Amino acid sequence: MGADQYHEPPDELPAETRTFARLSASLTEEAEAIGWYEQRLAVESDREALAIMRDAQGEEFKHFCMDLEFLLRRTPLWREIARGILFQEGDIVEHGEEAEEQAVEGAAAHGAPLSGSASLGIGSLRGAVQ
Amino acid sequence: MSHLLREHAPITEESWGRIDEEARERLTPALAARKLVDFSGPLGWQHSATNLGRVATVKAPFTGISAEQRRVLPLVEARASFAVTRAELADSDRGAEDIDFADLDRAAHDLAVAENAAVFHGWKAAGIVGIAEAAPHKPIALGNDCERYPRHVAMAIEQLLAAGIDGPYGLALGPKAHELVLESSEHGGVLLLDHLRKILAGPLVWAPGVEGAVVVSLRGGDFLFESGEDISVGYLAHDADAVQLYLEESFSFRVATPEAAFALTP
Repeated sequence: MGADQYHEPPDELPAETRTFARLSASLTEEAEAIGWYEQRLAVESDREALAIMRDAQGEEFKHFCMDLEFLLRRTPLWREIARGILFQEGDIVEHGEEAEEQAVEGAAAHGAPLSGSASLGIGSLRGAVQ
Repeated sequence: MSHLLREHAPITEESWGRIDEEARERLTPALAARKLVDFSGPLGWQHSATNLGRVATVKAPFTGISAEQRRVLPLVEARASFAVTRAELADSDRGAEDIDFADLDRAAHDLAVAENAAVFHGWKAAGIVGIAEAAPHKPIALGNDCERYPRHVAMAIEQLLAAGIDGPYGLALGPKAHELVLESSEHGGVLLLDHLRKILAGPLVWAPGVEGAVVVSLRGGDFLFESGEDISVGYLAHDADAVQLYLEESFSFRVATPEAAFALTP
């Protein structure tokens, strides 16, 4: 993999962005592995081999979730959109459209930090007190 | 690498996280202006001036040419320096929960006071006219008898309404007046705080850096805070004992509707 995970020259990227890129690459790899195990499980008939692969896929689920949680913690807008989509009953596309609209409008109104900024992300505090 | 030079500081990612979190926790309660005025941005460190949409005529030493020059409000860069000892940072990396961030806390308070004071009382050298000094209404003296505060605030709102300024309204209270309000309860045990909130139909905000109090309309479009770089922690220098850091932001502020505020002097 090396520097392949970077789309821009790594030495021009801040450390936070390089870490973000590493975890994004890791998230992709975990998702791929989950898909591969799903295919292997579909064709395997040996019960012992199946048990091992189910256990291995469970590990990949865990890794994927940890990567995702890290990325969401570092990206408040993504986290806000995810909050409106994940673990919700009903129409996924509808939730997606609503979550995106609300999160983007909310971020614009509250002075969300620029991408790659090291600011504290305080922005507007309107509505923070009664 | 950004101009904050955070990568050059002998500070681990874990400790940077703690420093940022401590700064955020200390700043948020004290940044009163951001709770009451319109905030736009952040537009980035390279954003240098606010467009005022106005021009001034300038002489053009060329035949057949007339000229006007755009007027802008330059952003001010405000910085509050602080230090963290390397021993405390090492303890932070060991997992200590009681890290001494006293100097950071002081710097956060200083920066919040400066931002509030600039917005409400102005910063002449930076070209910022504050809300209280721009307000055309004759101020009312707040005084020390806080049982009269509801009457003062009601009179202020009456004047804003008479000037055609709709609510809801917010109240920025200087520390002394805020303390008096919190400590008092009126006849029948009704908290003065709740009474004031009902009159305002909006928030009452602790505002270090504000002298007296200021009533502002929250309808929007009247008081405009423009952020270049929002408050960030940067690295200055270090030696064997301590790391010198700073809190910094760039911003401009302008009053679009002076009539939309009423000053209550101490």
